[in-house]
Amino acid sequence: MSHDAKHSAAHGAAHAHETHHPTGNQYLKIAIILTIITAIEVWAYYIPALVASPLFNPALIIMSALKFGIVVLFYMHIKFDHPLFRLLFTASLILALCTGTALMFLFKVF
Amino acid sequence: MASHAAAAPHTAGADAGHDDGHEHHHYTTTGLDNRKIAIWAFLGSECMLFASLISTYLIYKGKSLVGPFPHTEWVNEAGKRFEPILDIPVTSASTAVLLASSFAMVLALQAVQLKGKPIAATAGWWERIQRSSQFWLAATAFLGATFLGFQAYEFTSFVHEGLTIKTNLFGSTFFTLTGFHGAHVTVGVLWLMTLLWIDRTRGLGPKDELIVDICALYWHFVDVVWIVIFTLVYLIS
Amino acid sequence: MATIAAPTHAGHAEASSQNTGIWSWIATTDHKRIGTLYLWTALFFFLVGGLEAVLIRTQLMKPNMGFVSAETYNQLFTMHGTTMVFLAIMPLSAAFFNFLIPLQIGARDVAFPRLNAFSYWVYLLGGIFLTVPILFDVAPNGGWFGYAPLTTVQFSPGHNIDFWVIGLQVLGVSSLAAAFNFITTIINMRAPGMTLMRMPMFTWMSFVVQFLLVLAFPPITVALVFLLMDRFFGTTFYAIAAGADPLLWQHLFWVFGHPEVYILILPAFGLVSEVLPTFSKKPLFGYNVMVYSGIMIGFLGFGVWAHHMFAVGMGAVADSIFSMMTMLIAIPTGVKIFNWIATMWAGEVRFEVPMKFAIALIGMFTIGGISGVMHSSPPADLQQTDTYFIVAHFHYVLFGGSIMGIFAGIYHYYPKMTGRFMDTGLGNLHFWGNLIGMNLTFFPMHFSGLYGMPRRIYQYDSGQGWDLFNLMSTYGTYLIALSTLVFVWNFVRSRTRGAVAGNDPWGAGTLEWSIPSPPPEYNFAQLPEVTSRYPLWDLKDPSKTAGIAHSHADAMTITDAHAVPVHEETERFTAKELGIPMPLPTAKPLFTAVGLMTMFSGLLFLRNDLFAVAMTITIGGACMFIGGLYAWLTSPLE
Repeated sequence: MSHDAKHSAAHGAAHAHETHHPTGNQYLKIAIILTIITAIEVWAYYIPALVASPLFNPALIIMSALKFGIVVLFYMHIKFDHPLFRLLFTASLILALCTGTALMFLFKVF
Repeated sequence: MASHAAAAPHTAGADAGHDDGHEHHHYTTTGLDNRKIAIWAFLGSECMLFASLISTYLIYKGKSLVGPFPHTEWVNEAGKRFEPILDIPVTSASTAVLLASSFAMVLALQAVQLKGKPIAATAGWWERIQRSSQFWLAATAFLGATFLGFQAYEFTSFVHEGLTIKTNLFGSTFFTLTGFHGAHVTVGVLWLMTLLWIDRTRGLGPKDELIVDICALYWHFVDVVWIVIFTLVYLIS
Repeated sequence: MATIAAPTHAGHAEASSQNTGIWSWIATTDHKRIGTLYLWTALFFFLVGGLEAVLIRTQLMKPNMGFVSAETYNQLFTMHGTTMVFLAIMPLSAAFFNFLIPLQIGARDVAFPRLNAFSYWVYLLGGIFLTVPILFDVAPNGGWFGYAPLTTVQFSPGHNIDFWVIGLQVLGVSSLAAAFNFITTIINMRAPGMTLMRMPMFTWMSFVVQFLLVLAFPPITVALVFLLMDRFFGTTFYAIAAGADPLLWQHLFWVFGHPEVYILILPAFGLVSEVLPTFSKKPLFGYNVMVYSGIMIGFLGFGVWAHHMFAVGMGAVADSIFSMMTMLIAIPTGVKIFNWIATMWAGEVRFEVPMKFAIALIGMFTIGGISGVMHSSPPADLQQTDTYFIVAHFHYVLFGGSIMGIFAGIYHYYPKMTGRFMDTGLGNLHFWGNLIGMNLTFFPMHFSGLYGMPRRIYQYDSGQGWDLFNLMSTYGTYLIALSTLVFVWNFVRSRTRGAVAGNDPWGAGTLEWSIPSPPPEYNFAQLPEVTSRYPLWDLKDPSKTAGIAHSHADAMTITDAHAVPVHEETERFTAKELGIPMPLPTAKPLFTAVGLMTMFSGLLFLRNDLFAVAMTITIGGACMFIGGLYAWLTSPLE
């Protein structure tokens, strides 16, 4: 891993900021997408037929995960940054998700 | 960064601009700055923290013996009626505010990175304002403070409606979870105001990219936690 | 770098004169000094915890003894567990993290020297906060696991548990801060060529432990916050009358508690993995597999927590899953045992004191591991849970494993830390007293446990077949206590009287032995360029390492570090002479730590309806904490 690390540090990091980072207008687009997803979530909350649907909760969770992913990938620029950060964060996140799910399973939340 | 350091002569000061002036260009194995590795490890740890808090909220959901309840109405022994307590319109507004603050934060980081770069004479107001790190830092802090204002309003109105941290399991878990998040936002606002103060006193430039970046990472993380809380606590009943 | 000014005696004297005195310790940011502080403090708490054990065993020596009251007994066993886990073994490991990790990876300090000092001071203050109440008979009395609802105000109205919940919360801050520091240090401060797969095994195991800390402490932080809110602000997290689930605490605690077991044992595994190759004159057998099994233990360690809770009735599915995961984790652990044995196989084994302790770990830990596999099976566990059989099991793991490993480490690294050997005769006395004493103490507990003796009882009637076993356990404890006194005498005395040790007194192969003992403040005058796992053996006896991979390629890619091939550094300079910037001494981390502790201790007054006092202390502490933090972050490091 450290070999990789050095490589991308030497060749990637110095240039990454100029070449890959989104511009202000792209950030604006991302912000608009996030707002639209939030608007859809809130809108759906007020439609009783949708709330009654068995797909309501999964759909909301998927939309929430989507927003989570967009912010982490672009705003936190994990997509363009050193792979080490991705590893540190996703490993912890996966463990946190597994632990949370296991806890809820043990308490018969689902 | 590693390539910069390799090119620079190995003397103190010549290269000090890399960091925030506190450290000289110490050699590092990966070429990355220590502080950025530490903040990502910290955010990983925070994932576990909020996972535990949110899991507890969900485990106790629907287990309260007395109301008020989040999504359903409740009538107490005296016949008093309590409406579902969560205020979705207000919280949707505060969610939008926090999302907007993340947008302001990325532009603040961008403005710091681009400081000193020439800007075209034909640039419009949007290009020009994108270059103002002070504007975007202030905007982020302001939006964060607005979110806290919404939260203070929400908490006080809940207390008026008869839900305190002692009332039931919902009250305990709800106030603790959102209070924990609010405390994180408060730390973030203080952090942003400190950066703004530094920017006003000595000016933040590309050499300070890192200290703005780690604050931004923290701020966005607080935002994504709210994204999860908003869905799991407020929208899903 | 070859043109460095020749060392002058004047410079040497000047360096040593500024480096003494109490202020030099209070303001230190040197990882070696912080490691030394950790070592002394943790040994002190180890003696405190040991004294508590002696009192416990005296009470249990014979049926229906009245040596201490039931209440005092509760405080003693609670504080024995809490002290040994949080104030002795973890910080003893931290002493080695601090002292060794930078030396083993070829760094001049940790990534954040001042954060490192902060971790130590928070630990010290939290430790004092937890320990002092026992002198006033208000020590925590709810067990080291503090099961709620027992620990809520309804059932524990005194201040006892307040000290526990606040103390552990504060100690968590210390552990987390240190963990972020060491993760960064190991990732980012390695010398050129020190690839991950060349790191000494102690550093590897420590690396795994830091991730366990970072990921296991948040759940207990949350559990403690809930308890703290329940106790001080009247929330209902653990209030059964309000519909709370009595298992919430247990689950959150053990989500932390089981990884904690590996936090306690893996550093000891790392230490013996340094000792065994050195005294067998052979590279560690199966290095890669040792690394993978360490990672595997850490990873699986998060999926086994509920085996502490088989008796609560989680249902067949959950029981089966956690039972299987628990049996699975025995595999990577067993791999380590066999690799250590294979390391010694056909080696030129020298039975020095550290080696004896390391071999004792292999034997004793295996006993504890096997009894662990026994109660990984829920039907067996239902018979054994909450009996002395469990006490026997985890003392074989923690005393036979962690403590033996840490003693191996202390005897092994004492010459590096102080420049002098510990006395071998006294060391042998300590070793045999410890080994016989621990078996005399804990082996009979298997029997008293299977005969049905429950844990945590302060008296028992005669005629249940427990008398003899309890008497043996008590005499064993006295033997351990006596041999520990021998150790303390040896440890203190050898600082000035021990035989002088050179750079590499044991003929070891890793980087920390290439520099003087004790190491100079800057550790390495020139950063070493590492080309294999045992660079010193490459230098002194290449035949030992002929079988393992060497490569210069990685080291050559970094050119700005001015690294030089690994060599023995024998001369001492000051950092100033060498032009190496060192972190400035500062007391700001201490100031900040005091603020943090003050902030939390204000809570104590809330339950006495002294609201104004509580707020004054808490806000005062918070101002101190924040002010200290700002002062610290805005002042230059070096």
